Amino acid sequence: MPPKTSSVGAVRRTFSPWSDPAAVPLIRFENVTKRFGDAVAVDNLSLNIYESEFFCLLGPSGCGKTTLMRMLAGFEEPTEGRITLAGQDLAGVPPYRRPANMMFQSYALFPHMSVEKNIAFGLKQDGLPKADIAARVDEMLRLVQLERLAKRYPDQLSGGQRQRVALARALAKRPKVLLLDEPLGALDKKLREETQFELMDIQHELGMTFVVVTHDQEEAMTMADRIAVMDHGRIAQVATPGEIYEQPKTRFIAEFVGDVNILEGKVIGQENGLWRVETAASPTPLTIDDPDEVLHAGQAVAIAIRPEKMVIRRGAAAPGTQNAVTGEVWDIGYLGDWTVYRVKLASGEILRVSRANASRFVENPIDWDEEVHLTFAPDAAVILAE
Amino acid sequence: MARSLTKRLVSGVVPAVPFLWLVVLFLVPFLIVLKISLSDPVVAQPPYTPVFDWSDIGGFFGKLDLENFEMLVEDGIYLDATLSSVRIAGISTLLLLIVGFPIAYAMARAPVRHRPLLIALIILPFWTSFLIRIYAWVAILKPEGLLNQALMGIGLIHDPIIILNTEAAVYIGIVYAYLPFMVLPLYASLERMDNTLIEAALDLGCPPWRAFWAITVPLAMPGVIAGSLLCFIPAVGEFVIPDLLGGSETLMIGRQLWSEFFSNRDWPLASAVAILLLIILVVPIVIYRDVEARRLETQR
Amino acid sequence: MKNRLSLFNVTSLALGFAFLYLPILLLVVYSFNASRLVTVWGGFSTQWYGALFRNEALMDAAWVTVRIAFLSASLATVLGTLAALALTRYGRFTGRTLFTGMVYAPMVMPEVITGLSLLLFFVAIGFDRGFWTITLAHTTLTMCFVTVVVQARLLTFDRSLEEAAMDLGAPPLKTFFAVTLPLISPAIAAGFLLAFTLSLDDLVIASFNTGPGATTLPIKIYSQVRLGLSPEVNAASAILIGIVTIGVTIATILSKRSLARAERNAL
Repeated sequence: MPPKTSSVGAVRRTFSPWSDPAAVPLIRFENVTKRFGDAVAVDNLSLNIYESEFFCLLGPSGCGKTTLMRMLAGFEEPTEGRITLAGQDLAGVPPYRRPANMMFQSYALFPHMSVEKNIAFGLKQDGLPKADIAARVDEMLRLVQLERLAKRYPDQLSGGQRQRVALARALAKRPKVLLLDEPLGALDKKLREETQFELMDIQHELGMTFVVVTHDQEEAMTMADRIAVMDHGRIAQVATPGEIYEQPKTRFIAEFVGDVNILEGKVIGQENGLWRVETAASPTPLTIDDPDEVLHAGQAVAIAIRPEKMVIRRGAAAPGTQNAVTGEVWDIGYLGDWTVYRVKLASGEILRVSRANASRFVENPIDWDEEVHLTFAPDAAVILAE
Repeated sequence: MARSLTKRLVSGVVPAVPFLWLVVLFLVPFLIVLKISLSDPVVAQPPYTPVFDWSDIGGFFGKLDLENFEMLVEDGIYLDATLSSVRIAGISTLLLLIVGFPIAYAMARAPVRHRPLLIALIILPFWTSFLIRIYAWVAILKPEGLLNQALMGIGLIHDPIIILNTEAAVYIGIVYAYLPFMVLPLYASLERMDNTLIEAALDLGCPPWRAFWAITVPLAMPGVIAGSLLCFIPAVGEFVIPDLLGGSETLMIGRQLWSEFFSNRDWPLASAVAILLLIILVVPIVIYRDVEARRLETQR
Repeated sequence: MKNRLSLFNVTSLALGFAFLYLPILLLVVYSFNASRLVTVWGGFSTQWYGALFRNEALMDAAWVTVRIAFLSASLATVLGTLAALALTRYGRFTGRTLFTGMVYAPMVMPEVITGLSLLLFFVAIGFDRGFWTITLAHTTLTMCFVTVVVQARLLTFDRSLEEAAMDLGAPPLKTFFAVTLPLISPAIAAGFLLAFTLSLDDLVIASFNTGPGATTLPIKIYSQVRLGLSPEVNAASAILIGIVTIGVTIATILSKRSLARAERNAL
């Protein structure tokens, strides 16, 4: 692990069992494949998830993330490979005997049962004494702050309240792992942000393992300890949010998580540990600091640069400036916190640059059609082998 | 292993019980009709020759012939009855569409909060006895009945018009009795239609009447087909309506079957008539089943 | 334009409902007619209701009909619910096409065919015709209607509710009784009512399969009607219509109330 990356992102620095070779994973997917007829939903996938981890499965719809979760819950059986949970092979174990509970995307609250009956449902299946069930239900209602709505029915609740009931119901049995299928998908933006942090607090408080399926990269970035980005039934990268964003392994990940500019080019060679890459965008080769990549001269590569990691200045670049491209302002989007410039280069490519609006007033701001140049530091960009 | 075997047996019961029930009480009886329709009318006087003599399987097939069907073709009355059944059912279905469409359309355009009541009002007559509802029309359509009394009362006519015991009465009866079956499928497809589609058509310069033909009618087609089949199929085999309202002049195949069976006691011939009726209806029934199955699938 | 359209709509509804309800209304009004001539008004009287209740044959027929309807509807509800579960939850099993065919065909098949074929079947196996043959025949016909009603509900049923129950530790059978059954019970109840009414109403199939001592009300009414109009039949009809109207009204009010509750709480 390069020392540089340990400082990026909101990583709980003391919590990283995945980098500890002695740590035993709670959940193991071992060469798991799932086929529906001819369609391959999950393709020979291996993955470890550790105890107390907040783990996100992120990917576009149809990437297999939901299938992966449903195999863990027991609603689907793997075609090949095996899944273990706390050392137990889950093959043939029906959903109702697995120590994993799920919060459904639709919430799946039983409409004919009150809030407390819904929460008590799982406990009743375990045959707990009545007093214990009541105590646990109260505890759960307190946890999600719904004490006053215990007697209500699902159709008498708001969307946010339903979401909390679904969460409380899945948590009530204290499962070894809580599965959350698009937990915030049905909420509006404001509520979604609040709830993200609530979920993180609850997870932290209970120390439970959370596995979340989501297609929303912001949600995954905010909440997860680690993210597995999935594409076509395979895992494209498993890493902390910071690593996913700053060191994407593939073009798919770079483009799926956040905004990115891609410049196609050819490797010239290495100088002082820095890669020199020839592109159509710049007359002089670009210098990129990405020591992990093993490349050879003449290799076609893509350079990925995040919009906020470039600096925009008026006028053409002075000759000899490192990593500078010149173009004209094509569009300006004012977002309040950020201003986004779309700059058209002489080569025809359009790059996005964003600038934080750190002060309220800017004198003589850059305008449409002005000539500008963009610069970036060698370590601001990442090389992605094609 | 034993556990999962019992589980399998238990879960296998779910489809098996209704399946077997239908095989024994629907499929087998049906095959018996087929068999009897092919057996000899003379030997088969009531009740008739045994259906299946296990000791004589060769003879079972040997004795079958098409005599009854030859008779159906030779005696013109059955062919006439068949044709007139199809004609009456077809005209009735057309009338039902004409009467039912405006009602279904108005229901689909009514405020949402009124719709459950309107649906209930359409269904309500269906829950009251079919026989009683047809019977009610006898009193209305009689020469000295309520309709003629009313018409003469307001001076529209001077002599009673004869409606009862004519084909017109049969049309009235079928339209009246089958109206819910036409209105409900039409309503279902019209109600689902997004009203902004019409607005979009108007916005694009289409006048209302043309928008109706270009947008509303094509989108209501599944309802039109389902409703028409739902009315046409049973109407072809209708017995009560022609019997009570149609008089002796109205020939319909269902009635013919009834009289072969109850009056002439010719069971094999009645069976042959049943097979004939079914042959007419097999295509519409298959289409209807497909339409219904597809509708249920898309409801998901 | 909007006004003209809605005037047209109101007119079609008014005419439609007048057409549907006027005959029934007249039937009920004339059941209070003092005159024996059904179409001539002779003043108000309830004498035909009295005569009706003194008519033992008619009362017997009514009792037989209700018993058959209750029994066959109960059987049909069980069988139809099982069939609906089989069709929605068992994927593609052998004989599925035949199964769907057998479920849909009786609903549209002319009653004369169904009636005749069942009769021939009962004769063939030497089953004495009467109460039980009508019950079995009605069960066969009405279970198909129950199947369709319950199947429609099961298809719109959110399967994740069942998955949630299993996920929380309820085995399949328990899931069925704790979650599935309560949620489809309105459809099952509707199926039962439909089956009950269809059985109560049936003339043709009952006529084919009836035997000594099993004269149902429709058979009785039909034989009277064939002889001419009868004020007693009017009275019997009015009572039946009254029962149905009250029942449907209560059901509508109940479902409307639960709908209103759901709407209020959605705010």
